[in-house]
Amino acid sequence: MKPPAFRYHAPTDLAEALDALDGVGHDGKVLAGGQSLIPMLNMRLAAPAHLVDINGLAELSYVRTDPGGVAVGALARHAEVEADEAAHAVVPLLRQGLRLVAHPVIRNRGTTVGSLAHADPSGEMTAVLALLGGSMTLARKGATRTVAAEDFFLGPLESCIEPGELAVAAYFPRLPGRTGTEFVEIARRHGDYAMCGVAAAVTVDDDLRITSARTAYLSLSPVPLVLDLTDALIGRTADTAEWNDAATLAGASLEPEPDIHATAEYRAQLARVLTVRALRTATERAARVEPNPTAPSTTDERSA
Amino acid sequence: MTTKMFGAPVQRTEDLRLLVGNGRYLDDLGEGAYEAAFVRSPHARARVTGIDVTGALDVDGLVAIYTYEDLSGRVAEPLPLLIPHPALTHGRTAYPLAKEFVNHVGEAVVMVVARDRYLAEDACERITVEYEPLPPVVGIENAHRADRLVHEDVPGNCAAHLVQEVGDAPAAIAAAPNRLELRLDIERSACMPMEGRGVYARWDAADASLRVYTSTQTSTGVRAAVAAKLDLPLDRVECVTPDVGGGFGVKIVHPWPEEILIPWAARLLDHEVKWTEDRREHFISAAHERGQLQTVRVGFDDDGRLLGLDVEILHDNGAYTPYGIIVPIITSTQLLGPYKPGAYRVDFRSLYTNTVIVTPYRGAGRPQGVFAMERAMDAIADHLGKDRTQVRAINFIKPEEMPYDHGLLFQDGRPLIYDSGDFPASLDALKKLVGWDEFEAYRAQARAEGRRVGIGVACYVEGTGVGPYEGGHVQIETTGKVNVATGLTSQGQGHQTVFAQIVADELGVPLEDVTVTTGDTRRFPYAVGTFASRAAVMSGNAIALAARNVKAKALRIAGEALEADPRDLEIVDGHVRVKGSPGSSVALGTVAVLSNPLRYAFDEASQAATQLTGAADFSKPPVAEDDEPGLEGRDYYSPPTATFANGMHAVIVETDPDTAEIRILRYCVVHDCGHLINPMIVEGQVHGGVAQGVGGALYERMEYDEHGQLVNASFMDFLMPYASEVPKIEIDHLETPSPLNPLGIKGAGEAGVIPAAAVFASAIEDAEGFPIVRMPIQPSELFHLRKRFAAGEIPALRRGADHAAGTHR
Repeated sequence: MKPPAFRYHAPTDLAEALDALDGVGHDGKVLAGGQSLIPMLNMRLAAPAHLVDINGLAELSYVRTDPGGVAVGALARHAEVEADEAAHAVVPLLRQGLRLVAHPVIRNRGTTVGSLAHADPSGEMTAVLALLGGSMTLARKGATRTVAAEDFFLGPLESCIEPGELAVAAYFPRLPGRTGTEFVEIARRHGDYAMCGVAAAVTVDDDLRITSARTAYLSLSPVPLVLDLTDALIGRTADTAEWNDAATLAGASLEPEPDIHATAEYRAQLARVLTVRALRTATERAARVEPNPTAPSTTDERSA
Repeated sequence: MTTKMFGAPVQRTEDLRLLVGNGRYLDDLGEGAYEAAFVRSPHARARVTGIDVTGALDVDGLVAIYTYEDLSGRVAEPLPLLIPHPALTHGRTAYPLAKEFVNHVGEAVVMVVARDRYLAEDACERITVEYEPLPPVVGIENAHRADRLVHEDVPGNCAAHLVQEVGDAPAAIAAAPNRLELRLDIERSACMPMEGRGVYARWDAADASLRVYTSTQTSTGVRAAVAAKLDLPLDRVECVTPDVGGGFGVKIVHPWPEEILIPWAARLLDHEVKWTEDRREHFISAAHERGQLQTVRVGFDDDGRLLGLDVEILHDNGAYTPYGIIVPIITSTQLLGPYKPGAYRVDFRSLYTNTVIVTPYRGAGRPQGVFAMERAMDAIADHLGKDRTQVRAINFIKPEEMPYDHGLLFQDGRPLIYDSGDFPASLDALKKLVGWDEFEAYRAQARAEGRRVGIGVACYVEGTGVGPYEGGHVQIETTGKVNVATGLTSQGQGHQTVFAQIVADELGVPLEDVTVTTGDTRRFPYAVGTFASRAAVMSGNAIALAARNVKAKALRIAGEALEADPRDLEIVDGHVRVKGSPGSSVALGTVAVLSNPLRYAFDEASQAATQLTGAADFSKPPVAEDDEPGLEGRDYYSPPTATFANGMHAVIVETDPDTAEIRILRYCVVHDCGHLINPMIVEGQVHGGVAQGVGGALYERMEYDEHGQLVNASFMDFLMPYASEVPKIEIDHLETPSPLNPLGIKGAGEAGVIPAAAVFASAIEDAEGFPIVRMPIQPSELFHLRKRFAAGEIPALRRGADHAAGTHR
C-alpha cells in the first residue's frame, strides 16, 4: 500500500496551478483534501504521473454567501462549510447534508468541491448540489466555464471535468421562500457511506399546502437522482399528506443495486422509508421558512 | 504502611508514553533496513506454472527477488505444524513461498527486497506469475460435500475428525420426554489488530548472530523457530518484541512465513531487512476465525433439565492447519459452559477450504460453543414456556459441586475440571443489574409507543491460564530500583502496570520503582506466550513467587546486617526494618550491595554498606556454597490444570419496524475472574472484548465469493464497529478466587467477546418472535427474515404471540 512514483507540483496561486494542469493534461490529478485520492494512490488504483497540490491556493479557501445562494471555493473544507452560519441561514440543506459526511476528522480535511469533483454517487454533496440545481465552475488556462449539476455528473466517479481543468468552486442556490429541506440517511456504521440517503425539498403556499416536493437519492443510481414527487402530495399539508403515496411514486423510479451490505429489495425499502421521513420533516420546516426569499431565514432546524 | 496495590484501580503506567507518540512499534524500527514486499496469489486455487521477473530487474533500488526455487535448507521445507494432535490425521502446512500450488488468495509466491517498500511494490507489479487456475473449494458445505478437494491427498477435505463422549447421548436424547434439534451457522471474522504483523531482522556477521524484532505474541517461540529453520544455535538468535499494537490471537501463530523469510534474507544479504504488513495483506494472508456449522440435538425433562446433548460441528480451518485443531477442540469442550449436560457427545470435522487459514481469535472457538449451548437453552425455555434464566439455573453446576470434572480433555490435553465459580450468584447479579424481572413491563410500555424491544441473556465459562508454565525474574539494583522480567509478550494489556502492582506489594516497594520487561528473550528466555487469557495467571503468579524469593533473601541479608531475626523484619517503602522499631532499618538498595561481595564503592549505597559489614568470617568463602551474588530471584509457575473464569451477559436491543436497524439500548456484564489485580484494567479488557463481540454479532464477516475472492478486504467494507457502535457497558464483578494459584486469580482477556453472538441472537429473537440461528446478522438480513416469517417460511417462537410478533408488517 505505497503509491508508485509521481511528480509533485505545489503551485501557490491559481494561475500557476492552471499552468501546471495544462502542462500535465491526462497524466495529472488534483490533490485537495486527499480523502479519496490518497487511499486510491496507496492501493495503486490510481497512478497519475503528476499530482498538482492545490492546498497552497489560499484564494480558493472561501465560503461566500449572498441572498441568492452560497459559493464554495475549491479549498473550503467540509467542516468550514458546515460551521458557516451565513451559509446555513441561506441554504440549510448544506449543513443538513454535511453533518452526515463521514466523521469530523475527515470533514476537517476533505473539501466540498473535491467531494463533488470525485462524483461518487454515495457522496452526500452530489445529492445536495443536484437537488438544489447548483452548478460547478471549472477553470483551465485562459478559460472558465460553469456547468449545471445535471450536466456535471456523468457516471460513478466520473464528472465532465476535462484534463487540464480545475473545479474552482461550487454554487448552491437558495431555494424559494416557504421551502423546507431535510437530509436523512442510513449507514451500517456512523459515518459510513450510506446504504441509502434521501435529500428532500418541499415548498408550501401561505396555507401551508404543498406546491412542490422533490427528493434526491444517494447510493441508488450512477449519478445523483432527483425525483419530482409533487403529484403525490400537491395541495396537502403536513397533517393530511399521504406520505406513502409519495414513497410509492418514488419507488417506481428507483432501480437499486445490491451490494454486500444491502440487497436491492432492502435498499428499496430504505428508500421508501427515508423518502417519507425526509419529506415529512422538510414539509414541517417549510412552514417556518419566511415567504420572502430575499430575507435570510433565521430558522435553525436544531432548535426547531 | 505502603498502600496495597493489588486490587487498586491503578492508572496504566504505559499509557503516557504510548499516547504521546513515544511508542516504538515494529515499523518505527530499522530506518536503514531494506524492505520486503510480496507477490501474492490472486487465485484461490491454482498451479504456479511460471514466474517471470525480468520486467522487475531494472527497477531502481531493487536488491533481490526470491521464489521457492531460491529457498535453501530447512527454509524450503513446509512450515511447522505447531500443535499436532492424534485426531489431526491430515494436517497440512504451506511453504514459506508457494512451491507448486497456491491454496488461497493472498498466499505468498515471490518475495522482493528493495531499498524501500515503495520500490519493492514497484518491482512486485512488474513480476509476472503464470497460473493454471483450479476450481476452488469455498464454504463449509462445499468442503463437506467434497466434490472438489483442496489438497488432492486429503479425502473429504477432512483434516481432523474427533468425537468426545461422556455417557450415551443419542440414547439419552431418544429416551427424553422432550427433544429439539437446532441448525446453527456462525460466519468468519478476524482479529484485526490495529498494527498488522511485521518482522525486522539484523544479522551480525562477525558475531554470527541474529536479532529478530517481530510483532508477535510469543518471542520465545519465534526465536526457537528461526534458530531451527536457519540452522543456528539458539544462543545465536535473540528475539525482541517492540510495542505491539494488538494481537488478539493472530500473532500467536508462528512462525509466519515472513518470520522465517526476513531473517533468512537478512543473513543472505548481510543487511538489515524489514517487512511491515499492510492492511490488505492482513486480510488475505494472516488468519481468520469463527466459521462453523453446528447441529445441536438436545433431550430434556419437563423442567428443562438437560438429559442428553449431541453436537455435530463442521469447522472451516481454511487452506492449512499450522496451529492444529485448537479452535474446534475449545468449541467442543467450552460449549458446556456453566451447565451439566447429562450425557454428552460432540463430534467435529475440521475441513479444508481455499481460504485464509483459521487460527484462534480472542475467544478462540468459545463464541461458537456458547452460541450452540445458549441457543439450545433459549430453545428449551421457549419450548416449555419457561423463563430463559430459569432453565439456565436448573442446569447450573452448583458452587458446592466444585471442583467439577466434566470427564473430557481440554485444549491443553489435560482434564476439563472447573476449579471454582458461583454460577447462581452470577446470574442473580446479572438479573438485578439488567432488571430482568422488570423487562416485561418495559416491553409493554415500548410497544405502546410503537417500539419493538427484546432482551437476551448468555452465560459462559472460560478456561484461562493454561500451562505449561511461565517464569518471572525479579532483581533489586543497588539504587533500590526493581527490574522485573517475564518472557511472555504484551500487546497493550497493561502488563507493565499489573505486574508492577504485584511486585510492589510482595516486596514493599513503591510502584514507580518497578520496571517490567516482557517478550525479550535477552531478559527471559523461557516462556510460552500471551494467549488464552493466561498472562496475569501465569506470569503474574510466577513473578509473585520470584518476588517472594527475593524478599526472603533480602530479609536474610538484612537480618545479618541489622542483627535481627529475619522473621522479625518487614519491608516498607523500600526499606527493611524491624517490626515495631522503624528506627532500625536498611534500604533495599543497600541490601543489594550487601548481596554482592564485590563491592567497589561506585555509589553512596556501596559506601554505606561497607559500614554495615561486620568482621569477615575467613572460614567461609565470600559467596556461600548454596548462595549466589546479587539480590535477585527467578521462579516459575506451572498449574496442574487451567483455571476457569465465568461470566454472564445481558443485552436489550430495539429493532426498527421499518428499517430493521438493530440498536443496543443496554449491555450488562457480570464477570468473575477471581481476585482482581486491577479492576480498571479488567474492565478495559471486558470493554474491548464486548466491542469485538458487537462487531462479530452485528457488523463483521469475511465475504468470500464463489471464486474464493475476499470481496471486502478493506476497512471500508469490513465493518469493525467504531466507538459510536459500541454501547456503554455496565459491569458487576464477582470475585470467586481460584484455589489453583497463589494469587487466586483467573484470566480476563477474552471474556468480553465470548457470549456476544449468543446474547444478541437471544435478544433479537426475543424482539422479533422468530428464531435467530445465524450470526452475524445485519439489518438487510433481518429485513428478509421478517419477510420469510410473514410468509410462513419461518416458525414463530411459542412465546412469539405474546411478544412483538403482532407488530410485524
